[in-house]
Amino acid sequence: MDLSRRSFLKVSTVGSAVALGFDLSKAHAEMREFKISRTTETRSICPYCAVSCGVIIHTLGDKSKNATASVVHIEGDPDHPISRGSLCPKGITLKDDINNPNRLKAPKVRRPGSDKWEDISWDDAIKGIARHIKDTRDRTFVAKNAKGQVVNRTPGMAMIGGCTDTNEFNFLQWKAITAWGVPYRDSQARV
Amino acid sequence: MTAQTLEIKRSSASLWGTTTGIRTLPTVAKYIDTTTCIGCKACEAACQEWNDLKRVPTTQDGSYQTMPQLDADFWNLIRFNEREVDGGLMWMMRKDQCMHCAEPGCLAACPAPGAIVQYSNGIVDVNPELCIGCGYCATGCPFDVPKFHAKTSKMSKCTLCVDRVEVGLEPACVKACPTGCLNFGEKEDMVALGNARVAQLKTAGFSEAVLYDPKGVGGTGVITVLKFNRPEWYNLPADPHVPLLVRAWKSILRPLGVFAALASVIAVFGHFTTYGPKEVVGSDDTLDRPRRDDERGPQ
Repeated sequence: MDLSRRSFLKVSTVGSAVALGFDLSKAHAEMREFKISRTTETRSICPYCAVSCGVIIHTLGDKSKNATASVVHIEGDPDHPISRGSLCPKGITLKDDINNPNRLKAPKVRRPGSDKWEDISWDDAIKGIARHIKDTRDRTFVAKNAKGQVVNRTPGMAMIGGCTDTNEFNFLQWKAITAWGVPYRDSQARV
Repeated sequence: MTAQTLEIKRSSASLWGTTTGIRTLPTVAKYIDTTTCIGCKACEAACQEWNDLKRVPTTQDGSYQTMPQLDADFWNLIRFNEREVDGGLMWMMRKDQCMHCAEPGCLAACPAPGAIVQYSNGIVDVNPELCIGCGYCATGCPFDVPKFHAKTSKMSKCTLCVDRVEVGLEPACVKACPTGCLNFGEKEDMVALGNARVAQLKTAGFSEAVLYDPKGVGGTGVITVLKFNRPEWYNLPADPHVPLLVRAWKSILRPLGVFAALASVIAVFGHFTTYGPKEVVGSDDTLDRPRRDDERGPQ
């Protein structure tokens, strides 16, 4: 293209006038996107304390076959009767707890006298716990107290519930530990 | 993109925004009750989570305060102010963040067109795409809020979660607050809530209780209930104003400069039409140098 100095000036002047005339402000209004508009929402319970606040877990993708979900955001569940959407600083950072590389995802055991934790399968873990419960109960069971009254206690054990336990789970847990005669129990359901 | 619900009321270094005036949106505001804040920092964590901000190393300065002041990656800081009042220790937590002024000093000071905008619902936001990172907004802000981000070379600050607000949600910090000392809604409702709380505090014996909504910056989009009418106890300016130099620059010097530039163009044109083109005294022939081809006239 043959461009003389004069026509170059003409073109650039007109060009810059056109560029200045463009209204860019419409585009400026659209600068921040709502990052969870298409995430999958899953209701859950914060695992930390006994308050058991409701949380909504936002995961990437729409649960389609080829999509691998990962947790991208967590915030309070406004429909939850206990917390009504609010969360404490620990609860609000649950995403980092879930995505933490150090998060414990399988049972581990530290054998008596050992100084380290070993991996153990769920089956072995449950079997081992059952064995310990039976042995401890057999060893420490108190049928009658000093006055000769029937008490049927197993004071060698205690049971601690978790805050994410449901009513149904707590019911079964209470039935079981009552059957074993465990007097020290806390379901964490104190709110 | 989702921000179609918001129009721009004011835009930095621009004469007007894009508001058509046809659609009216209520001005929103955040309500902070410093008297019921327990300093749990859920709002801080919620802000970091929602805005995907990186973890900032915290400092131990002898108090529970996360860091001495706001950071480019930390937009919401609970200030743990300790003060002895009437012989007893008062712990006066205050949520430090962008106040979203009705007449923002940052926007007035910003020289980059469109880098700082005020939406039609009153939220003041920095557009990182247009920000030039000059830091003038920090000098215009009476609350020392905008911070320079060393990695992006842009300014950053609280957006009042405009991405949430524009789709009808409350800001992340307000949602998280477990004690309910934060609230969010239309400015009028929040002022009513604040006045009611101030009246309650006065009945409870805190005669100095006040609602901090400074008129010097046209009122703020973040209003704070203070137990004592001593904003400086809460690290707040008593009477914030946009600095005089910023206002003078924008409202006097800048228009004068534009006028001077236009006037000089008109003057040059006038001189040209009156006196004609400038004539060079003498001729190139007198110069002792070989002439170029295009200078060589017909001979």
